[in-house]
Amino acid sequence: MTLRATVAELVREFRASGRIVIVGASLAGLRAAETLREEGFTGSLTIIGDEAYEPYDRPPLSKQVLKGWVPADHTKLPRMREVDADWRLGVAAVGLDRDTKQVRLADGEQVPYDRLLIATGTRARQWPNLAEAALHGVHTIRSRDDAEQLQKALAEPPSRVLVIGAGFIGSEVASVCRELDIPVTVVERGSAPLVGALGGVIGEIAAQMQRDHGVDLRCGLGVSSLEGDSEGHVRRARLSDGTTVDADVVVASLGSIRNVEWLEGSGLAAGFWGVGCDAGGRAFDINGVVTDSIYVAGDVARAPHVLYEYQFLAMEHWDNAVFGAEVAAHNMVNLEPHYRPHLLLPGFWSGQFGVNIKSVGVPPFGDEIVFTQGSVADRRFAAAYGHRGRIVAAVTFDHGKWLEYYGKLIEQSGPFPPPPVGWDQPPDMKPVPAEFPDPRVPTAIPDVVLTGHAPSERTAEFRPRRH
Amino acid sequence: MVEETPWQQALRYANRANPYPFYEELRKTPVARQPDGTYVVSTYREIVTLLHDPRVSSDPRKCPVPAAAPAEGAVEAEAEPITEAVISLEPNIITQDPPEHDRDRRMMTPHFVGPPHSPHLISDLEPEIRRIVAGLLDDMQGKTRIDAVDDFAYPLPVTVICKVLGVPLEDESRFHRWIETALDALDFGPEAASEEMQSRLAGGRQAVQEFGQFAADLLDRYARQPGPGMLSALVNEDGPEERMSQGVLASNALLLIFAGHETTVNLIAHSVLTLLRHPDALERLRHRPELIVPAVEELLRFESSVQFWHTRSALEDIDIAGTTIPKGAPIFLAYGSANRDPERFTDPDVLDLERRDNQHLGFSQGIHFCFGAPLARLEVQIAVGEFVRRVQNPRLVEDPPPYRHNQIFRGPRHVLVDIDGIRD
Ligand SMILES: Cc1cc2nc3c(=O)[nH]c(=O)nc-3n(C[C@H](O)[C@H](O)[C@H](O)COP(=O)(O)OP(=O)(O)OC[C@H]3O[C@@H](n4cnc5c(N)ncnc54)[C@H](O)[C@@H]3O)c2cc1C
Repeated sequence: MTLRATVAELVREFRASGRIVIVGASLAGLRAAETLREEGFTGSLTIIGDEAYEPYDRPPLSKQVLKGWVPADHTKLPRMREVDADWRLGVAAVGLDRDTKQVRLADGEQVPYDRLLIATGTRARQWPNLAEAALHGVHTIRSRDDAEQLQKALAEPPSRVLVIGAGFIGSEVASVCRELDIPVTVVERGSAPLVGALGGVIGEIAAQMQRDHGVDLRCGLGVSSLEGDSEGHVRRARLSDGTTVDADVVVASLGSIRNVEWLEGSGLAAGFWGVGCDAGGRAFDINGVVTDSIYVAGDVARAPHVLYEYQFLAMEHWDNAVFGAEVAAHNMVNLEPHYRPHLLLPGFWSGQFGVNIKSVGVPPFGDEIVFTQGSVADRRFAAAYGHRGRIVAAVTFDHGKWLEYYGKLIEQSGPFPPPPVGWDQPPDMKPVPAEFPDPRVPTAIPDVVLTGHAPSERTAEFRPRRH
Repeated sequence: MVEETPWQQALRYANRANPYPFYEELRKTPVARQPDGTYVVSTYREIVTLLHDPRVSSDPRKCPVPAAAPAEGAVEAEAEPITEAVISLEPNIITQDPPEHDRDRRMMTPHFVGPPHSPHLISDLEPEIRRIVAGLLDDMQGKTRIDAVDDFAYPLPVTVICKVLGVPLEDESRFHRWIETALDALDFGPEAASEEMQSRLAGGRQAVQEFGQFAADLLDRYARQPGPGMLSALVNEDGPEERMSQGVLASNALLLIFAGHETTVNLIAHSVLTLLRHPDALERLRHRPELIVPAVEELLRFESSVQFWHTRSALEDIDIAGTTIPKGAPIFLAYGSANRDPERFTDPDVLDLERRDNQHLGFSQGIHFCFGAPLARLEVQIAVGEFVRRVQNPRLVEDPPPYRHNQIFRGPRHVLVDIDGIRD
């Protein structure tokens, strides 16, 4: 038998009778399972999830669900196909033994695998003071149950909501409150809302948008403590400037924590920033050596991206979970040279204060920004981010139909500022500092561009810098 | 005489029934410069790219003349830039760039499109559409031969659009004639230079003018006395934004009356024709009526109602597919070809009612995505679904049937069908 035939035989055999375990029964886990079956995997498939629910969708939780438009239990993810899996829902994975290739469950059971996909995502960072976090009326929002409870609380309605942290989720919650005509105070430690994701220039616009809608926005401040009444219900927050805010609902939107604790001792490169993996979703061990049997996808994954100088990016976005899962699943039932890279251009969307915000690329990678289309005053515009003369990201406010154009420019390592559009140009098209909290030091490297358009075709190509 | 380009051949009337072999040839050069300086884009990827490129304008006033003289030795170019006939009117959303386009479309949206503005507007029309379709099929009872265009495809959309917009149905025969005349006057191919087309062009201009006047009068009437429908709502709107000027409103009204039914007529006619040509698909749909939703998407892909669009132009040099479209050049986007692009669709010439990943360009993409798509979808789903369910043993009488002259809104003029009867 030739070596080539052996490899093909291996792949065939694994697809027919291999054992695959997926830990994390949400977006990435489900899409991976579907892809495995789509790719002809007929072996045994076990999906482990610590939530009792079948996979559901999270983006509506902070939008339609909070508004009361969609009940929290109507967010089940549509099934693309039959997955024929052994679902272990409501039980957490608590350990991973790579020597015996087993996942340990909270109920003591051991689940053996030939290949494992880690898709445990992230969880909401809780208010750090446990006693205060336990007060009635203090919420976070990540799960269906969280959203259901917060929705009920908003329906009461409360006399005032306090949102701590003005990232995307915090801003969306504030927006819903205003739509429901509930007074809301937003406290943000940074200089403006969304500043971490989109920089200070856009942050200023977001701040104005919040104020125009009657949000009591306080930036450059923190919340130092929460105070409850005798019944243990939150009533007041004390801010770092000594002032207080009376509120009976508090939403802590302080970012997320990656669910990696169960991997402790496994020897994988898992930590604060997620589980390191290559662009094909194969996990690294702590030595930086790629594993053969363990894969990662979704919010918990952290992979190098060719367009961003091979920095390891962790992307907490819906698209990333879907495409990352598809690529990892493909690679789980293939061998070299049939591996595929996950070279998605990062992107996300958010809806707040009646505006549809979308971005493509990695805005914080940019250090300059230029408005390219539309009008900031009308809050309908597109802006591009640049890094050393090339475009690395773009953001749109109610201009999402143009995002594809900027995405293509980014993939082609196009120039910054980008070529002028033909109409509807903002009066001032001069790049300005994008004002991200943390500026980066440029290094001299060649450009990388993405080629191809079908997932199976997408590869990277080096080319000498021309500018 | 120099050989004609694949595009010119595709545009010849003789090839109206089946332009696809010429499109196939055309796609070998995804962005093909024509002798008159027009750039025809025929591949899916390139069209989508340009639809999202803000250096491309949709405003014909920004590209008043073909960019370059005909290539040496080329066939006689079209006698006159054809866009002129359609831009004698004030701008409307289809011939505007942002920010005007965005503003005007935004103003019209709540009165027409479904979610999120008026989530029930379209779906509430369903009983009415079902009633009309049922009536049309009932009227066929006792007949053994029908014309799927005159008896079926045409009356539905025209009734619906009149109701939605608030156009008196009595005026139907008048604007129907204007539309037919205007459509027959437009020719984008080598035959445009013929004497006959030149004289039709004059008639077409006249028809557009009269049609425009009709729309303006109607709006005047609603300004004095508000009535039902979208046009009256727009005239009397007290929105937060500035109102559209009277001329722009009239032009949009005309656009909606026109586009609101012409494309749907062709889509229904083509759907019937296509299904009769594919008896397996027809049987499948009869047994699994729930397939009507993906089936209509496939039919839209298979025989795009709008074969191409012709008012775009480059405002800067645009590098694409190894070519530079020079600043000022007119760009034609050949949707009908893109929808059969094998690089995008597996076996594109096969009709697959359950095709997955069927993001066709039948309604275009980007900011000019068809305004009426939700309504068209609903109408065609009901009409074709009911036709398949109720018409007994339908057989095509003539294949291919006679086609209309117009290339953009390509469709059969008649589709004669022999039938055994109409089920209840
Ligand atoms: C409120 C909200 C709004 C959002 N809005 C947007 C948006 O508008 N646009 C956008 O692009 N993205 C949005 N996102 C992000 C998007 O939802 C995530 O990127 C996506 O859910 C990631 O999917 P995932 O499968 O990787 O992780 P998750 O969805 O986090 O799923 C991980 C699953 O694994 C389970 N799990 C964790 N640890 C274990 C364990 N040890 N054993 C078993 N199971 C475990 C978790 O309980 C969870 O069910 C939003 C997220 C939230 C919370």
